[in-house]
Amino acid sequence: MIDWIIKFLMLTSSIFILLAAVGILRLPDLLTRMHASTKAGALGITLMMLAASFHFFETVVMAKSLAVIIFILITAPVAAHAIGRAGYFVGVPVWTKTVKDELINCYDPKSHRLMSGLETEEELEIYRQNLDFKPRIRVKRREPGD
Amino acid sequence: MQFVIYLTFAILSLSMIVIFVRLIMGPTLPDRVVALELLASVIVAMIGAYAIYTDTSSFIDVAIVAALTAFLAAIGFARFLERGGPRDD
Repeated sequence: MIDWIIKFLMLTSSIFILLAAVGILRLPDLLTRMHASTKAGALGITLMMLAASFHFFETVVMAKSLAVIIFILITAPVAAHAIGRAGYFVGVPVWTKTVKDELINCYDPKSHRLMSGLETEEELEIYRQNLDFKPRIRVKRREPGD
Repeated sequence: MQFVIYLTFAILSLSMIVIFVRLIMGPTLPDRVVALELLASVIVAMIGAYAIYTDTSSFIDVAIVAALTAFLAAIGFARFLERGGPRDD
């Protein structure tokens, strides 16, 4: 019984990783490639470590493989975020059919700080004049009382 | 069991080849960094499969260290790219 579970987990893990590899080869630009590689790769490692913990079935090995799983699940989004942010600053070309870029003109190119475009009162007033134009943030501040 | 392990190794090796194609082709440096990161995760999965194959549980420690170095390499490359060092794609 447990043999079949291990076989199933190993095969699913390798197929997910193959899927990530095909995605990283076939998809058109950096962000979609990251979308393929991060999630499918993390799921592949998770399943393989589950297979290892079922195979050995000792407390120590189970704890170690659980540590690997938690580590992967924490670090994969962080690394993807760092690379995606760096790619955005470098100016990696996006796919030609990309619909929108919500961060355009929002980053300060010197200090790399993210601005919303609504910092001063004038910008905020212009934004309030045509609310249906850009429904981007909540205008009303939430008061601490309610 | 033996056959499934061999099949797993074959699929993982095939995906390594596919990722390597992207690593060679990749038009910009961030693409190559993403490919390297995925290559590191394939290596971690392969270490897990090898631990099952040889029935040696110590290889799980190797997997932990490989995952850690892959994460540090990705963060280092991202810092390097964002600070804008001299680079030649």
